[in-house]
Amino acid sequence: MQRIGVFVCWCGSNIAATVDVKRVAEAVRSEQGVVFSTDYQYMCSEAGQSIIKNAIKEHSLTGIVVCSCSPRMHEATFRKTAAAAGLNPYMVEIANIREQCSWIHKDMLSGTAKAIILAKAAVAKVNLNAPLIAGESPVTKRALVIGGGIAGIQTALDIADAGYEVDIVEKSPTIGGKMAQLDKTFPTLDCAACILTPKMVEAAQNEKIKLFTYSEVEKVKGFVGNFDVTIRKKARSVNEDLCTGCGVCTEKCPSRKGKNEFNLGLNTRGAIYIPFAQAIPNVPVIDRTQCIKFKTGKCGLCQMNCAAKAIDFSQQDEFVERNYGAIVVATGFNPIKLDKFEEFGYSMYPDVITSLELERIMNAAGPTKGHFERPSDHTQPKKIVFVQCVGSRDTSGCGKEYCSKICCMYTAKHAMLLREKYPDTEVYVFYIDVRTPGKNFDEFYRRAVEQYGVHYIKGMVGKVTDDGKGQLVVQASDLIANEQLKIKADMVVLAAAIEPDPTARSLGTMLTASMDTNDFFTEAHPKLRPVESPTAGVFLSGVCQGPKDIPETVSQAGAAAAKVIGLLAKDKLTCNPCVANSDTLVCNGCRQCEKVCPYGAISYEDKEVLRGDIRNVAVVNPAVCQGCGACTVTCPSGAMDLKGFTSRQIMAEVDAICR
Amino acid sequence: MPINEENKEFTPLIVAFCCNWCSYAGADLAGTGRLAYPANVKIVRVPCSCRVNPTFILRAFQRGADGVIICGCHPGDCHYTSGNYFARRRMTLLFSMLDYLGIERDRTRVEWVSAAEGAKFAATMNDFAAKIHELGENKRLGDLRCK
Amino acid sequence: MQVMTDVLVKRAKELLSSGEVARVFGWGHGEFGYDTTPALFEDEESLGGFVYDGFCGANISKYLIAESKKEGKTLAFLKPCDTYSFNQLVKDNRINKDNIYAVGIPCAGKVDIDKLKEQGVSGIISIEEGDKEITVKTVYGDKTFVKADVLLDKCYACKGKEHKAGDEFISPELSEDTTNGDKYELVTKLENMTPDERFAFWRSQLSKCIRCNACRNVCPACSCLKCIFDNDNSGIASKANADDFEENMFHIIRAFHVCGRCTDCGECSRVCPQHIPLHLLNRKFIKDMNELYGEYQAGEDDSSRPPLLTYTKTDAEPSIVHERGGDK
Repeated sequence: MQRIGVFVCWCGSNIAATVDVKRVAEAVRSEQGVVFSTDYQYMCSEAGQSIIKNAIKEHSLTGIVVCSCSPRMHEATFRKTAAAAGLNPYMVEIANIREQCSWIHKDMLSGTAKAIILAKAAVAKVNLNAPLIAGESPVTKRALVIGGGIAGIQTALDIADAGYEVDIVEKSPTIGGKMAQLDKTFPTLDCAACILTPKMVEAAQNEKIKLFTYSEVEKVKGFVGNFDVTIRKKARSVNEDLCTGCGVCTEKCPSRKGKNEFNLGLNTRGAIYIPFAQAIPNVPVIDRTQCIKFKTGKCGLCQMNCAAKAIDFSQQDEFVERNYGAIVVATGFNPIKLDKFEEFGYSMYPDVITSLELERIMNAAGPTKGHFERPSDHTQPKKIVFVQCVGSRDTSGCGKEYCSKICCMYTAKHAMLLREKYPDTEVYVFYIDVRTPGKNFDEFYRRAVEQYGVHYIKGMVGKVTDDGKGQLVVQASDLIANEQLKIKADMVVLAAAIEPDPTARSLGTMLTASMDTNDFFTEAHPKLRPVESPTAGVFLSGVCQGPKDIPETVSQAGAAAAKVIGLLAKDKLTCNPCVANSDTLVCNGCRQCEKVCPYGAISYEDKEVLRGDIRNVAVVNPAVCQGCGACTVTCPSGAMDLKGFTSRQIMAEVDAICR
Repeated sequence: MPINEENKEFTPLIVAFCCNWCSYAGADLAGTGRLAYPANVKIVRVPCSCRVNPTFILRAFQRGADGVIICGCHPGDCHYTSGNYFARRRMTLLFSMLDYLGIERDRTRVEWVSAAEGAKFAATMNDFAAKIHELGENKRLGDLRCK
Repeated sequence: MQVMTDVLVKRAKELLSSGEVARVFGWGHGEFGYDTTPALFEDEESLGGFVYDGFCGANISKYLIAESKKEGKTLAFLKPCDTYSFNQLVKDNRINKDNIYAVGIPCAGKVDIDKLKEQGVSGIISIEEGDKEITVKTVYGDKTFVKADVLLDKCYACKGKEHKAGDEFISPELSEDTTNGDKYELVTKLENMTPDERFAFWRSQLSKCIRCNACRNVCPACSCLKCIFDNDNSGIASKANADDFEENMFHIIRAFHVCGRCTDCGECSRVCPQHIPLHLLNRKFIKDMNELYGEYQAGEDDSSRPPLLTYTKTDAEPSIVHERGGDK
């Protein structure tokens, strides 16, 4: 028989205004097991928690019910309170009388009546609660960072700096990510390569950091502290250990038709190539779809010219298994495809380009060696129109509903740089709103307008056509002047929305990390746990969690690293004790539960369930089980139950509600 | 189920099984947004929609519930990756069986509500409660001893 | 039929004497000619009581759970449809396949004694079974029936002549497919009724239930060591139906629990002393699963995954019940 205490919180007036808290405390007093009940203004406060602790001691309580806000808010708080008073923390249940009651029911009478029922349901459950003891599992002191952009690099550097091993898995042949493709960075206009490449080198040279480039995560098993990850090292066709990075092979390669991905297809590259001069590792890769040797069996020029004998056409994908204590997702973003935005003519006119393409054109190491020129006729454009929010803040269904956040600032940067370098150019920017909330951001934008004379026009571009003579015609509306404009332009630059990398979705499934409808990873709490995923041991860094600029990405990368370091610093982790458990006496050994377990937590073992009666029965690994309960419903005999959410507990709640 | 003595109006009793990660959070968000739905909707928190055993649903009906709704993460978004997929099959078959036995098919429902869909949670509950109100009292699956 | 009995006994004796098997499981004589019953024979001598005739409709596979735990192999005679249940029990890890020597035997349909009785047969003295006909000697004289007219219901939904498991087969060419009509006919008929009519139908059927548990005991899919209705931790333990809810509960949950494992062997309806067509519940689940998730026949093999243990991302939503249900 339990001795239960019920504590009804006012939450100031949040609850007390629509729920008669005294009546709730009064009403539960006659419930089975209840020996004490009271109410207080703020149960979660220091004083409120003391009331609970004192009552536990004074009335020798074996279980408590706190009628308060959502358990998602303070269940952990009250469990700690109980533990501090010597009560098993899993003898605590929360009746959610704020979110589910006082906040939505305006009427005191029905609000109070519902609060009483919710409290009774929680009491009914506590009556069947059993103390649960959390197990422990060891922590593998190594982290995995997925994605080798600035987010991944920074996270890895910070973790390595604390003395822990880190692996970076990057799907492309080099680390560096999107930042490596940028020319200058706002609002300071320092060169992206100048600040990024030293970090790339640092990552490569750090003995705690191991790079897996041209590699992808294939399989993830395990759980916080003990992830088993299979990494697929895609066949580079070049032996990394032998290659000296001399680059002769890339020069000798006769195939020249491959689109240069790094330059966004603005020029071509050989079938064997190094993405860019500062690539890390400085090891080429053979694009087998372009390589003549792979296509026809003839050629092999690269192999003949390689003094180091590093070219290996027979190389196969290799699978590496590694253990990790924590995983950081830093998969980044891509600009969206613009084929749905026919009005801007992106796929029709070569001189309609995206902002990222402009970065490459302006970059001294880019396809034009930094000459600002039109892709169509290589002339220098004189009049440039920027279009903002292409696919961002779009409710038409073609684009994304969210703000991509970085476009306002990089467009101001582009406009300013063009006006500075080529004062004879005329620059127009069409915008919906200019958003500049960041340190020195608005000042930067104002400089573009005031000092550099960029024409900012509030309004959307309706259509881009050409005049048949090589010039583009931009039709747009000026909302402030309230007039329709037609501008003849030499180049149109589209600020395409950004979206999570397409690999994120499958990765999310592998990691069991939840994602929002836009495929951004969800954080454990939008305000208070912004760099943790709801899945324990999985952390988020950079744009995979939501649009961010470089400074924000770097600070989030550091924050994620701090969380990882905090985890890896522990020798042992406490497991969630609310896990499945099989009653070996009732288990048939039918192996159905094993088939629905998403974690592989159930195995079958021969156990002596009664003297001399050895049966092959289900055994749950409590460190692996996450407590979803899929097995409990599959089990025909009811042998499988879930601690903390047992069938009898749930039915007791149902009964109390329906009483 | 209980008939309000004062105005003799039928107030349906609805049990909502909500998964902890999405739908329960969605219900919290409905609360934070002060989005009202009928007070006779009572939520039972389960870790995942796949924890909902058909016996729980039948038990609720036995004890006098007039409608039972199961809410989980959207397919593809399950916190445990696959729980709601299993729940979807189980509930489809169970509901079809109840229908086959002549139980009103509107008494049961599955709805996917994410942690961000407070408005959808409230709208769903309002809609479901209205449907149950139209259907009237659960007589076919009730248990006389529990009334 | 005596011929077949002799053939099987001969083979059984060979296997026993060679030490290949330690015992034989089949059917034995009952009190009357028509009530043969599953039986265990532990030596050659006892095989005198072995019988295999038109009344051996009982599915013996469930008995093999216990037999397969014994020392040495057990010889099991399996009709084609019995092999489905056998496979399913192997899949459920209930039968230890290594301890069973399965012999596939022919079947051309099994006779339903109740159908004979319905046609006015009483005072049976003996029954003679021919290939196509069956002659009943009664105290009131002889009566002859066409066998195909008096088969068990499950035979009209025959799974075919093929054995899905077996270490050896005896005269499989003598098997016949006795399928007659659409096995889902009654399910479809019910689906097309109004909900009120369906409710009235099931209420009248299920209210006859006396909770004797015969369906549960005979069912090869109901092989739990301890049934959930006997498990106090399930929250639904109950030994008897107290009212109409419990009848619903028991049969819905039972059907749900065997869903995906039920081979549609029809034993539940065959043994129900109240003649409740319980197989129509299981068959509804089977029909739904086949329609929604693709054809699946439980027991066709001993390893495939049943629909409830898997999923696809594009499965139908539960609201499909509205769209498919009869009398919308």
